[in-house]
Amino acid sequence: MKRTPFFDMHTALDAKMTDFAGYDMPVQYAGIIEEHLAVRNSVGIFDVSHMGEFIVEGTSAAAFLQHVTINDVTKLFPGRIHYTALCYEDGGIVDDLLVYKITEEKYMLVVNAGNIAKDWEWLSGHLPDGVKLTNRSDEIALLAVQGPHSLPMLQKLTPIDLSLIPYYHFCKGTIAGIPMIISRTGYTGELGFELYLESSHDAAQSVWDSLFEAGKEYNVQPIGLGARDTLRLEMGFCLYGSDIDATTNPLEAGLGWITKLNKKEFLGKNALLKVKKEGVKRRLIGCTLPGKTIARHGYSFSCHGVTVGIVTSGTFSPSLQKGIAMGYVDSVILPGEEHLAVSIRGKDIPVTTATIPFLKK
Amino acid sequence: MDFPERLKYTKDHEWLLVDGSTGTVGITDFAQSELGDIVFVEMPEIGAFLEQGKSFGTIEAVKAVSDLFAPVSGEILEVNALCKDHPEQINKDPYGQGWLVKIHISDVHQIDQLLDVDSYRQLTGK
Repeated sequence: MKRTPFFDMHTALDAKMTDFAGYDMPVQYAGIIEEHLAVRNSVGIFDVSHMGEFIVEGTSAAAFLQHVTINDVTKLFPGRIHYTALCYEDGGIVDDLLVYKITEEKYMLVVNAGNIAKDWEWLSGHLPDGVKLTNRSDEIALLAVQGPHSLPMLQKLTPIDLSLIPYYHFCKGTIAGIPMIISRTGYTGELGFELYLESSHDAAQSVWDSLFEAGKEYNVQPIGLGARDTLRLEMGFCLYGSDIDATTNPLEAGLGWITKLNKKEFLGKNALLKVKKEGVKRRLIGCTLPGKTIARHGYSFSCHGVTVGIVTSGTFSPSLQKGIAMGYVDSVILPGEEHLAVSIRGKDIPVTTATIPFLKK
Repeated sequence: MDFPERLKYTKDHEWLLVDGSTGTVGITDFAQSELGDIVFVEMPEIGAFLEQGKSFGTIEAVKAVSDLFAPVSGEILEVNALCKDHPEQINKDPYGQGWLVKIHISDVHQIDQLLDVDSYRQLTGK
């Protein structure tokens, strides 16, 4: 199993570790609920170094990205980030990712750990002359610092005025004297930053120690993948492999807002135009469950005893203190359907449809 | 991690405290630690009959759901109401306040099939 440069720090904290996409990653430290609430109420630090980073550069870099991604790359400017996806010709999703525009001819793609090899192959297969693709995943470490106190905590460690970095923007700078990309992004719905730095044990140790020292007054906590999942699900953010994959398209997944069908051309456009014209066959919806019942990935949705869909993500929401779930239902089921149920251990449990995000902020 | 010597254990991570023909059942410290934050427990009513090795309820933790297996057969005498309202008690005190059910053990010979503390500890690798 691969290790991130923060591995020793996780074991020193007695984290429970798990294999995630081939990386030995912390799933929890103090406990999912406590960690979750620390991020919602104060600040938490996540090691997400397993994420993949590709550099795309060259005179045709923008044209290449415009072709392989569904969002409109021409809207980016240096220092601007957007969320997008790679699609197959049939509209299925290869991966969802962030695109960072570094210069007019240089971009960074941040992809899911589990898809690094697949994305590399896919992108390489479409690479035109004049564009260079580099996989920097092993050389770049990534920490997410998330929560309402993330800004004041990080501000103590950098000369850059962090309040001047808008959401989905980034800049190069130093935190605790270590050079890095400081990005105002995250997977939690909270104010937060993601820090891309050189993947060396020394730099990692130094930044980690400085962050926890600076965060002491805010009672900063290390956050594992368990709370990362409950935090993203409260916001209704899709997780590749659970909510979206090669068999789902962005329109049914509620990602129409990043699907720029008015672009001249991109991989998957024709298929997605057809879906748009004919209407989606199913839609990703949210629902809450009664009491503290929890729906899980793979459970069925039913309506009047007929199966109408499948749950793709479900958990207990520590903020709302109830079960929340997302999943696909047939388009004949209208928003606000009052007879939707989830089959849990042989019983149809009535659920309440909910708008995403579950947690209104 | 706590492994009380006075208890009998199952390979499914339940414990049984025997007092004459009455048995108290719960999940082990190892089990609660593996499950993480427990948010919901589903258990049968008083009077229900548990069959050794069969599922008698479920435990929902934030990250996963898990079945409860009866260490021995018997009728339920008592269900821990505290765990219904405060399932986090199972995380906090799995061998005390976090017990699940009390049963009348129908066949005391079944107790001999359970693991002693050393065998259980070995099973968990702790």
